[in-house]
Amino acid sequence: MSTVDKTNLMPTKGAIRIEDVVKIYDPEGTAVMAVDHCSIDIPAGEICMIVGPSGCGKTTLLNTIAGFHGLTSGHIYLDDEILCGPGKEKAEPGSDRIVVFQNGALFPWKTNLENIAFGPMMEGKLSKGEIYQKARKMMVDAGLEGTEDAYPGEVSSGLRRRVEIVRALMNEPKVLLFDEPYRALDSLTKSVMHEALLEIYYKNKVTIFFITHDLEEAIFLGHRLIIMSSRPCKPKKIVEVDIPHPRDYSVLTSPRFREIMNEAKSVVNEEARKAFEAGEKEG
Amino acid sequence: MNINKLKSNFSMRAAFRGLIAIIIFIAIWEFGARSLDLIGYRVPFIGLIPPPTAVLDSWAGLVVDPSYWQSWYMSFMRVFTGFLVAMVVGIPLGLYMAVNRTFYGIAFPSFEILRPIPPLAWVPASIIFWPTQEMSIAFVTFLGAFYTIVINVLGGAKSINRQYLQAAQSMGASQADIFRRIILPATLPSIVVGSAVGMGITWEVVVAAEMISGGGSGGAGGGLGFFIWSSYVGGSYEQIIVGMISIGIAGYISSELLRKLGGRFTPWLKTR
Repeated sequence: MSTVDKTNLMPTKGAIRIEDVVKIYDPEGTAVMAVDHCSIDIPAGEICMIVGPSGCGKTTLLNTIAGFHGLTSGHIYLDDEILCGPGKEKAEPGSDRIVVFQNGALFPWKTNLENIAFGPMMEGKLSKGEIYQKARKMMVDAGLEGTEDAYPGEVSSGLRRRVEIVRALMNEPKVLLFDEPYRALDSLTKSVMHEALLEIYYKNKVTIFFITHDLEEAIFLGHRLIIMSSRPCKPKKIVEVDIPHPRDYSVLTSPRFREIMNEAKSVVNEEARKAFEAGEKEG
Repeated sequence: MNINKLKSNFSMRAAFRGLIAIIIFIAIWEFGARSLDLIGYRVPFIGLIPPPTAVLDSWAGLVVDPSYWQSWYMSFMRVFTGFLVAMVVGIPLGLYMAVNRTFYGIAFPSFEILRPIPPLAWVPASIIFWPTQEMSIAFVTFLGAFYTIVINVLGGAKSINRQYLQAAQSMGASQADIFRRIILPATLPSIVVGSAVGMGITWEVVVAAEMISGGGSGGAGGGLGFFIWSSYVGGSYEQIIVGMISIGIAGYISSELLRKLGGRFTPWLKTR
């Protein structure tokens, strides 16, 4: 290994291309359009923040990438390989795309260490000893030493989130899909989590598809913000965050951060008002 | 450390309060039962029952009587047979209904029609179609726990957080893995709760079934339920109360055993 700062080197795998995706829910014939001709191109290794009002259909988009939902039309590619499209309505869920859920989905009946070892154990490529050795090392690297044998219910929600991210990374995914993972945390814990996430990201470069409606979070973490329109969801404006990585919390007070914030805010507010007036429900 | 000390202090206090309450209860009972002799007036209700000292006296005579312990043994055997069979049949049935929509469609309506029938309503029918009295009592006891266990397992397995399944699927778990490593452990707490409730019902049912089925001959019949009934027929009111308290203790022992066992199977729940 060279001594080059790796923080700005990007991986070659993990590009996501969303092409003209439409998703219509049809419960009892009342067609509801959740995603409307949406196209997003995410290069490998980018932290792409999807920002939009609650219930705009962001999560639907994430679920189609993960393979939990099908799509109505359009294509989704991962590194030029088709995940879903015409003839293959629903993507196959796989360990190359791991979701970190909004409310956390650690298995409460497994210890933190067992949770982290779960993916590779299912994969069955390594021996149990090797997997646990790797899992322990990953936990130490993520500052989770000492919580290995605790159950998720025994540690703070902030630590739980970190365990979940480590569990996701153990699968060596190309893409991490975050569905508002820090929504329920208080703002102080959140800021600690943001720095921790970036630290993990600098060590394990993967593409990150991150849903949020917290602008500060979005600008602090992301290379790019894709601001979505209220339902049906489609990109309304793309904001480049040209603050160089690695970042720490000092960037929050920088003038450039403020400028980007102001630029994004006006667009987001407009969409939020539309969503509010349309009486959108949480979704 | 200090917290633990506080906690143990607190539970000592709670136990102390419980003890005081029991002592006061027994004192009132003793006084009420002897009220005719003591104050020349029979206190309503309590004045009609034997005092605790007399009950204790009768109990002292019974603990050396093997037939009293035989009653314990009979009831315990029936409860555990019925209960174990209910677990062995009920847990897989509940799980299978939860994971297989076709089977759910076939089985659930029949199950729901049978469920409201009280186990005791089955007594005459089960006497007819089971060859021995013992089997009919065991069957009725089985029914007592069966429905509760199935309903709890079904409910527990159906309400699993969908994201657990999605997460497992993403990480490469097969259908068999998902069943064994997600659905089964996620349902365990409901299995434990269903079993605890089922155990309580089993005791209710066994006592009533024993009262109905009578003493019988050649080792059949008997049990704590029959013990109470024959004490009533024989006019020994002290023994009725001994029987009642015995059932209370037996039920408590069963529940405590179950709690211990359940706690061992669900270690992650203790830590909240």
